[in-house]
Amino acid sequence: MSEINNTKRALVIIGAGPAGMSAAVAAYDHGIRDILIIERDSAPGGILRQCIHNGFGLHTFKEELTGPEFAYRFEQQVRDRGIEIKLSTMVLDITPQRVVTVINEQEGIYTIEAGAIILAMGCRERAKGALNIPGTRPSGIFSAGTAQKYVNMHGYMPGREVVILGSGDIGLIMARRMTLEGAVVKAVCEIMPYSGGLIRNIEQCLNDFDIPLLLSHTVVKLHGRARLTGVTIAEVDAQRRPIESTKKFIQCDTLLLSVGLIPENELSKSADVVLDRMTGGAEVDEFRQTSSEGIFACGNVLHVHDLADFAADEGAIAGRAAVDYLMGKIKPERRIRIQTDGRVRYTVPQYIAGEGDVTLYYRVSNIYKNATVGIYEGERKLLRRKKIKLAPGEMETITLPASLIESITGDTIRIGLEEDK
Amino acid sequence: MNRKLICIVCPKGCEISVEYNEATKEIIKMTGQACRRGEEYARAECISPTRMLTTTVRIKGGGLLPVRTDKPVPRGLMFECMKAINRAEAPRDAKVGDVIIPNILGTGSDIIATANA
Repeated sequence: MSEINNTKRALVIIGAGPAGMSAAVAAYDHGIRDILIIERDSAPGGILRQCIHNGFGLHTFKEELTGPEFAYRFEQQVRDRGIEIKLSTMVLDITPQRVVTVINEQEGIYTIEAGAIILAMGCRERAKGALNIPGTRPSGIFSAGTAQKYVNMHGYMPGREVVILGSGDIGLIMARRMTLEGAVVKAVCEIMPYSGGLIRNIEQCLNDFDIPLLLSHTVVKLHGRARLTGVTIAEVDAQRRPIESTKKFIQCDTLLLSVGLIPENELSKSADVVLDRMTGGAEVDEFRQTSSEGIFACGNVLHVHDLADFAADEGAIAGRAAVDYLMGKIKPERRIRIQTDGRVRYTVPQYIAGEGDVTLYYRVSNIYKNATVGIYEGERKLLRRKKIKLAPGEMETITLPASLIESITGDTIRIGLEEDK
Repeated sequence: MNRKLICIVCPKGCEISVEYNEATKEIIKMTGQACRRGEEYARAECISPTRMLTTTVRIKGGGLLPVRTDKPVPRGLMFECMKAINRAEAPRDAKVGDVIIPNILGTGSDIIATANA
């Protein structure tokens, strides 16, 4: 019960997924020792524990690992440094003054005063798709990630004949996984005219198994009473309205939804952190500091990343910055807001507060070929970069050198996209 | 035989058309590739495609252990490999990297644990 009295910690990290563990390691290596990671699950790793497929770590470790292996590498780094992880512990509340209320079975409920906090809670699956489909409400409808947990961690098959709505990466990965375990995946329906998933996943998860990817298609009706017996699908027009004459019934007992991820920010809200409507995560500066002083955010709780490697990279940025903050080295003197033109849907960070080089991560709202990304202050061009291809599913980066940031006189800059003639 | 495939070597995603002879495993004609690596990718995909296989294996006494092939296996053998893995059991003390099934189906690839049991 000794921990209960230990109510002050220099750095509290919420979440032991790739972002949180990477933040802890970076903070330790940057000079502080008093670090506590709080994790609600019974083991560290976050969502990586159920992502048994390969494709992780090429960027971070220069080898291709599975999710559990990638998590294990970070867990080893955390353990080697003797950083404390509190497992099976839930954070109930964070105040803007950085008082963290936690609960677990051994210690009950208590509070920790944190010098700095790093939010690394990850994201959850969007369930909205299910609510908008007319028809009955039978069992057999799962989010793709839930199905992934059943198959990979508990050994249950959610069903035998499957339709997948949404072509996000988790849906594609589950199409392959269910097929390998003996299910028949009849179709993947994507309402957009392009897939949100990585090309390699479309090749290796769908094309390898002759699973049709139906672009500009959606599920318009659910059938069945106790259990799903089928779905009606239809092609959609340019306004994404179903075309009546294209309606088609597909018999299936399972519908998986892979329709996007949403940063999980309930705790951030309790700490008065200002959220960005486009990302669903906090608004941050390049140090990943939120609008609440001393509270940082990284990984999928900040914005949904394509790769766990990138979430871990962002964790390291937040980890080092939190230490700098604790040492009084971060003193933002100005705030330059970065506006987007709509074609560039969002950037992270949303504003610039320091004087060093700043790498902007951004996503576009459509597929663009042969376009130029530019950053401007008023009519003045700061930076332009040509791009062969841009897609909503692939996060892009552009780096503003310190010298250019120094030349900015106002308090806003703009990032935009022009298609080349 | 003719095949169209999207190159996954880089984000550009070239659409490559390949005409090849399945019996002699010879490439007759290839168009659409922008680089040498793309050409090699398309050749391998048509002549001898291989894949990493990731799945789970039962742990003796209960629970699941995530596993993978340590090297890619021929794509056509994936379902046969799954059958063999689903018949196997991992020891309760299996550790990350332990070989659970050596040389699966004579492919030269081992099935290894990707987590501690």
